Amino acid sequence: MRPHLQYTNNGKLHHFLSIEGLQKETLQQILTTADKFTQFGQREIKKLPLLRGHTVVNLFFENSSRTRTTFEIAAKRLSADVINLNPDSSSTSKGETLLDTVNILEAMHTDLFIIRHAKSGVAELIARHVPDHVHIINAGDGQHAHPTQAMLDMFTIRQYKGPFNELKVAIVGDILHSRVARSQIHALNSLGVHEIRVVAPNSLLPSQIERLGVHAYNDLQQGLDGVDVVMMLRLQKERMQHAYIPSEQEYFNLYGLTTESLAAAAEDAIIMHPGPINRGLEISSEVADGPQSVILPQVTNGIAVRMAVMSMILGGEGNG
Amino acid sequence: MAELMNIHIRGGRVIDPANNIDSVKDLYIASGNIIAFGNMPDGFTADKTINAVNQIVCPGLVDLSARMREPGQEYKATLKSECAAAIAGGITTSCCPPDTTPIIDTPAMANMLTHRGREIGLTHILPLGALTNALGGETLSDMHALHQAGCVAFSNAEYAITNTMVMRRAMEYASSFDLLLILHANDPWLSDTGCMHEGEISTRLGLAGIPEAAETVIVARDLALIEQTGVRAHFARLSCARSVDLIVQARERGLKVTADVAIHHLHLTEYDVTDFNTLCRVMPPLRSERDKDSLRSAVVQGDIQAICSDHQPHERDAKLAAFSEAEPGISGLETLLPLGLKLVHEDVMGLNTLIASLSSGPAALLGIEAGSLSVGCLADICIFDPHEEWLLDSTKLLSKGRNTPFKRWPLKGRVSTTLLAGSIVYSRT
Repeated sequence: MRPHLQYTNNGKLHHFLSIEGLQKETLQQILTTADKFTQFGQREIKKLPLLRGHTVVNLFFENSSRTRTTFEIAAKRLSADVINLNPDSSSTSKGETLLDTVNILEAMHTDLFIIRHAKSGVAELIARHVPDHVHIINAGDGQHAHPTQAMLDMFTIRQYKGPFNELKVAIVGDILHSRVARSQIHALNSLGVHEIRVVAPNSLLPSQIERLGVHAYNDLQQGLDGVDVVMMLRLQKERMQHAYIPSEQEYFNLYGLTTESLAAAAEDAIIMHPGPINRGLEISSEVADGPQSVILPQVTNGIAVRMAVMSMILGGEGNG
Repeated sequence: MAELMNIHIRGGRVIDPANNIDSVKDLYIASGNIIAFGNMPDGFTADKTINAVNQIVCPGLVDLSARMREPGQEYKATLKSECAAAIAGGITTSCCPPDTTPIIDTPAMANMLTHRGREIGLTHILPLGALTNALGGETLSDMHALHQAGCVAFSNAEYAITNTMVMRRAMEYASSFDLLLILHANDPWLSDTGCMHEGEISTRLGLAGIPEAAETVIVARDLALIEQTGVRAHFARLSCARSVDLIVQARERGLKVTADVAIHHLHLTEYDVTDFNTLCRVMPPLRSERDKDSLRSAVVQGDIQAICSDHQPHERDAKLAAFSEAEPGISGLETLLPLGLKLVHEDVMGLNTLIASLSSGPAALLGIEAGSLSVGCLADICIFDPHEEWLLDSTKLLSKGRNTPFKRWPLKGRVSTTLLAGSIVYSRT
């Protein structure tokens, strides 16, 4: 067993499971590698032979059209063979069948699995049980981590706001249930931003969140005061049913990002959202489609960042 | 069962907390009973002499909770396999919670289990009766009949009784016959889908947390009802410092409540879950360092009177899953004493305190004749070498459940011989 699950003994990226546990240099390398692929994406012929001959399986136990599509495009631009599978999540919630699924696909000589699952820790569970030549990228596990989303967010912030060390960033919304927020917090801390704030009512803030290196705010105006980056989170509509919040209306009034509430942030602040957006619940259309929004560039950047991660893991291996 | 022999246990350090004995003495057994200490009685001829020099001779351990998985879950373990594991751990009395399939809510089930236990003849099997029928939390079981059939106490296992009036009636009824209730404090609304302690680690891992209030809310509720009804009650598997505080306060007011803790709660914390280690998924969950320290000192202070194995053997697949989906529990029979001795070697508690909490403590709160080496008592005895160093190899466990987070832990102290009613049922060669 390797001492670090995410690295080979030579320090090369082996699995990409969570930002926590990765070195700052790795995050920076992802950003600089993604830079090259961004320029490349603007060319007429967008294919590179880096992953030729490799088989990539998109194994999505939980549905996601956006993330799956961008992973697929990224793998295809690197000339990998890509297979998409959406096993029925309910029949694979038990470990043995889950690992069975992976073992069967591994027996077909898959090199890289991109895994999404509704339960926290599944990517890590699978990574601990596959043979050494198989790689895992976590495309979102439960409420734990979504590291490629966090890295595309970092890439977008760097693109629009320059160096990280002066920046104040606010993450607004359902922090409690958000794997995106957790990965963003780890990435922002690792890259050395000046301040991270999380903004939500206490019922949507996880226990001891300050221990992750953030300041918690219950008031949106105070939380947004002077920030350079506003990262909105999606609010699942069923949260009312479990008494996390009273109503959509009250939530939007208190935590919805509108032209008025955005005024507290720095004048040139950028607005981000991992999608899909609930317009009128966590963000107004005016802001989502406004000049400060970088929500669409986030999607575009997702391809380059995912190409970067895949090429760092598989590049230089075998017939690549 | 083998022919009963005259046995002479020679040269061991005898520790018998119930009788305040801690000295190097010989011990003599005949017809299944302890007949004398010190000098050999007149006319005694030993059929067998056990050399216990440099070893500890103590009462066979009394374990307040061991899931033997039989009947109903024989794919996890069987009574036979787990009884063999128990005696290898020096345990001669095992209480079996009522959540078997079928549930122990009829005298027939209680009789069946006791009978099976006798048939196997390795450790005393004491059934715990269901407090409510089918553990449903709605109607009371035939407690008196179950008691007659051998149930030493009554519990609803880990199924919460959410209807407070049912709990009150159960306590009133049990108190009429001086029956003991074993209470698991867990508010299912607050635990919800939680699978580990709510705190920094659950936040990092994105796992739903179980707040300590899930335990303290019910401890407080039940203490109020105990005070009103006067029932004999025992809190099982405490996990939080604040629960201990509540119980200490109640005892200061004169309530005769007792409590136990699982051995793993004295060694592990939420930090052991950090890499989604499903072997550390237990109920109640492993809590903070502070909670662990408080539980340890509560045992030392006598506020917690018993340490138990909370043995829950599982097949491999039960733990090979996402953390939240893995089944809770640790296979703990064979590590109960060595992990207890680790606390002694680390100067957390004295050897006498440890042995009391593993024998006379649980026996006294159950009100059973066990856990002592009094002359005239059944010779249930555990002999162990407190100095033997070994590494736990989970593949060598006698239990069918290999689900232990303590594998490769360096341990010191190991059972060499176990006697049940004067028969040598275990001897490590």
